[in-house]
Amino acid sequence: METTASLSLPEPAHAHAHTSSGIENKKLIMWLFLASDCMFFGTLITTHLIYRKLYPSGATEEGILNITQTFNIELTSFSTFILLMSSFLMAIAVSAMHKGELKSFRRNVLGVIFFGFIFLGCQVFEFTEFVHGNPELGVPPMTLSNSVFGSTFFVLTGTHGTHVAIGVLWLIGLFFYSFSGRMTRDSALDVEICGLYWHFVDIVWIIIFTVVYLVEYL
Amino acid sequence: MATDYHEAVACKSQLPHIKSALGLTRPDYTTGIADWLTTVDHKKIGMLYAACALFFFLVGGIEALVIRLQLIIPNNHLISAQLYNQLFTMHGTTMIFLGVMPLSAAFFNYIMPLQIGARDVAFPRLNAFSFWVFLAGALVLNLSWFFQLAETFGWFIPVDGKTDIVPAVGWFAYSPLTSVQFSGVGTDFWLLGIQILGVASLAASFNFIVTIINMRAPGLTMMRLPLFTWMTLVTGVLIIFAFPAITIALLELMFDRFFETNFFHVEKGGQPILWQHLFWIFGHPEVYILILPGMGIISEIIPTASRKPLYGYPLIVFSGAVIGFMGFTVWSHHMFTTGLGKVATAAFSLLTMGIAVPTGVKILNWIGTLWGGRIRFSVPMVFSLGFIWMFMLGGMSGIMHSAAPADAQQQDSYFVVAHFHYVLVGGLLLSLLAGIYYWVPKVFGRMMNQKLGYWVAGMVIVGFNVTFFPMHYLGLAGMPRRTHTYWSGFGWELWNPVATVGAFVLGIGILLCFIDVVRTVIKGKPCGSDPWDARTLEWSLPSPVPAYNFAAMPVVQGRDAWWLHKHEAGEEARLTYEPIDPHGIHMPSQSWWPPFGGLGFLVFGISMCMHGAGVVFAGYGVIVGLSIVVFTILCWALEGPGGYYIKPAALHAEAGAMGETQSSSEFKG
Ligand code: HEM
Ligand SMILES: [Cu+2]
Repeated sequence: METTASLSLPEPAHAHAHTSSGIENKKLIMWLFLASDCMFFGTLITTHLIYRKLYPSGATEEGILNITQTFNIELTSFSTFILLMSSFLMAIAVSAMHKGELKSFRRNVLGVIFFGFIFLGCQVFEFTEFVHGNPELGVPPMTLSNSVFGSTFFVLTGTHGTHVAIGVLWLIGLFFYSFSGRMTRDSALDVEICGLYWHFVDIVWIIIFTVVYLVEYL
Repeated sequence: MATDYHEAVACKSQLPHIKSALGLTRPDYTTGIADWLTTVDHKKIGMLYAACALFFFLVGGIEALVIRLQLIIPNNHLISAQLYNQLFTMHGTTMIFLGVMPLSAAFFNYIMPLQIGARDVAFPRLNAFSFWVFLAGALVLNLSWFFQLAETFGWFIPVDGKTDIVPAVGWFAYSPLTSVQFSGVGTDFWLLGIQILGVASLAASFNFIVTIINMRAPGLTMMRLPLFTWMTLVTGVLIIFAFPAITIALLELMFDRFFETNFFHVEKGGQPILWQHLFWIFGHPEVYILILPGMGIISEIIPTASRKPLYGYPLIVFSGAVIGFMGFTVWSHHMFTTGLGKVATAAFSLLTMGIAVPTGVKILNWIGTLWGGRIRFSVPMVFSLGFIWMFMLGGMSGIMHSAAPADAQQQDSYFVVAHFHYVLVGGLLLSLLAGIYYWVPKVFGRMMNQKLGYWVAGMVIVGFNVTFFPMHYLGLAGMPRRTHTYWSGFGWELWNPVATVGAFVLGIGILLCFIDVVRTVIKGKPCGSDPWDARTLEWSLPSPVPAYNFAAMPVVQGRDAWWLHKHEAGEEARLTYEPIDPHGIHMPSQSWWPPFGGLGFLVFGISMCMHGAGVVFAGYGVIVGLSIVVFTILCWALEGPGGYYIKPAALHAEAGAMGETQSSSEFKG
C-alpha cells in the first residue's frame, strides 16, 4: 500500500499474517459466504419461477391477482437505479479508504447509506401498496397469503430487502467507527469486504428485477 | 485499544486483566468453567463438540432401543403410535445433526489445524460461535421433550390442541404433514432447531475452508495434504452449497406455519413435491457430508497401520471431490416413486449408479493400501477394516436402490432402513469409533483400554449385523418402515426380535466405548506422543498438545511428512522448523460474545416455538433473542480479535529439542 500525505491512519499492531493462497482470510471468507448466498437466492428464485410457470395468473384461480396492474414498474425501476448508483458510491468509498482519505470515505459511505434507505423506503412503500391494492382502480390486493405469487414474491424480495438492511446497518457501523480514531490500514480491508457484500446484493437485485418484475411485461 | 497487546507470558493465567476496545475485560486469564465458556482454542472447542456428540449419541441410542423394544413382538403396545413417531423422528434427527455431524466437527476442529501446521483456525471466535450456536440448536430440538413432559402433566397446553410437542414428522419432514393442519408445535421445534444448527454448520464450514486454503505450513501444498484434511475441505464445500437449500425450504415452511403463506398449502396452490426436491437437494449431499469425514479418518488409519503410504493418493483425493460434486446431481433417487417422468427417472437412476464408481475407487484404494503392508491389527485398524466391509455392503444395497423399478419395491420399506444403516452405522459410526480410538491418545496423552477396544469392535460389528442384516429381508418381505406395530402372519415375527437383540448388543458395545473414553480422560495409562508410529504432523507434537500447537512452524518436505522424518534416509527427508519468534507466539484473545450469541439463538428458537404454541408474550422473546444476536455481533466487531503472546516451554529449553518425541513402542503390537 502506498503512503500518501493524507494517510492519517495508525499502523495495525501486527503485520498482515501471511496466507498460503495470498488472499486475506477475511476476504476469502466473504467470497465463500457470497458463494453460499448465491444458493440461498438461487433456491428462492427457483421457487418463484416454478410457481410462476405453474400458475399463469399467479394464483389458483383467475381474478385473484393482476400482477402487472399491481406492480409499479416506474417506482421499482427508479429504486433499481438508485441501488445501482449506490454501488458506484460504494466503489469510490472503498478506493478512498485504500488511499486513507477518511473524509472522502465518510462522504461516500453516507451517500451509500442514504441510497440504501431510499431503496428500502421504496420497498416498504411498494409492499404496502401491493397489500392494500387499489379498490378504486380495481387493482386487487396481493398479500403473503392470498396467492402463491404473493408468497414467493414477498419472501424473495423481503429476503433481499433484509440483505440490504443488514448492509445499511453495517455501513452505518463503519461510518461511526471511522470517527473513533481506531481505524487502521486494516480497516481498508474491512471496508472492501463490506463493499463486496454490497455489490453482491446489488447484482442479486438486478436478477430479481429482471426475472420477477420485467418478465411480467413480456 | 486494539493495539494493546498482552506481554509474553509462559502461562496464560499470569496475564494481566487487559481491557478490550469496548472497555470490557478480555477473559484471557480465566480458568475453570469461564475458560471453557470463553475459549477460542480449536482444541478445546473440539472437545466441547465431542462431549456434546457423545451425549447426544447416547440420547439417540436410547430412542433407538425403545423403538426396537416396541417392534420386538407383533401387536405390541409398549408405547403409543404418536410417541413412536416422535422417537424415530428424534432418533434420526439427533443421530445425524447432533451425533455424527458434531463428532466430525470435533475431529475437524482438533485434528485438522494440527495436520496443516496451523496455530488455530482462521477465525477463532467464529469457531467458538459455531459451537455455541450448535448447542443452542441442539437444545431447541431436545427441550421439546421437557415441554412434552409438561403437557402430560397438564402444565402446558398449546392453543391448537395438538399434542405432538416433540417433532413427529420424520427426519425429512415431508409436506403437507408439516402444515399447521396436520402437526403441532413439534414441527416448529424441528424446523427452528434445524435452522439454527444450519447457521452453526455454515459458520464452521466457512472457517474450515479458509483455514485449509490459507493457513497451511510452508511446503504443505494441496497435494501433500493429509487425506483427513482433504475430506474436511470437501465436506465444508458441500455444506456451504447444500445447506442453503434446506435453509430456504425451512424458511418457506416457517412462513407457511407462522404467516400463512402458500408454499406448501395444497388448497392455495402450494406443491408439497417442492419440499421433497428442496429437502433432497440438501439431503443427498448431506449423506456425503456425513460419510466423507469418516472416509478421511480411515484414510489416515489404514496407511498408518499398514505401514505403507496410501495407495493412489491423487485418485482418492480426486474421487472424494467427484463424490462431492456428483452428490448434487442425484437427489431425485429419493423420489423415484413420486412420478418424476421417465426421462428424469432414468437420468437420476444412471447418475446414482455413476456415483458408486468413485466410491468404489476409494474402496479399491484402501484395499490396495493393505496389499503388501505390514499390517498391525490395532484397535483403530479393526474398526477401519470393519468400515470397508460394512460400508461396501451398504454401497451395494445403494446400487440396488438406484435401479428405479427395483426401488419401487424397496422404497419406504425396511430395505431402505438396512441400506442407510449399513452406510451410516456400519460405515460411518465404525470410522468415528476408529477415530476416537486413534486420536484420544493424542488429545489426552492417555491410551484407551486396548483389550476392551477389541471387545467393543466385536460387539459393535456383530451387534450391528445382527440388527440390520435381517432388515434387508424384512424389507423385501414387505415390512414398511416407520410402522408403529405389525400383525403376526406376515413372516416378520422371527427377524424383528433378532434385530432387537442385536440392537442391544450394539448399544452396549458403544456404551462401553464411551465409558472407556471417560475413564481414559480421568486415569488412562499415559502414552507417548506417537503411539501408532503415525504419518502426519499432529503426531510430531507432544500429547496432550500444548495451547499454541507448534512452538516453531514446521516446513513440510513431502506427503506423510512425519513418517518421512522418522523413517526415510537422507537429509532432505527431515522435517525442519522455521526460526522461533523470540517475542513468543501470538494467541487470539478469549471472548464472552460467542456463548452470548448462542444464548440469543436459544432464546429466539424457544420463543418462536412458544409463539407457535400460542403462549402470550412469546413474541417479545423472539425480539429479545434476535436483539441479543445483533448486539453480540456489534460488540464482537468492536471488541476486535485482541491477542497476547505466550512463551512456549521449548523457548526456554533448547530450540534444537523441538520436534523430539518420546515415541513408545508399547502399543504398537
Ligand atoms: C454407493 C453409493 C450409494 C448409492 C448408490 C445410494 C443410493 C440410495 C438410494 C437410491 C436411496 C433411496 C432409497 C429409497 O428411499 O427408496 C438411498 C437412501 C439413503 N441413503 Fe444411500 N446410496 C449410497 C450411499 C449412501 C451413503 C454413503 C450414505 C450415508 C452416509 C447414504 C445414506 C442414505 C440414507 C440416509 C438414505 C435414506 C434416506 C431416507 O429415506 O430417510 N447412502 N440411497
Ligand atoms: Cu441419496
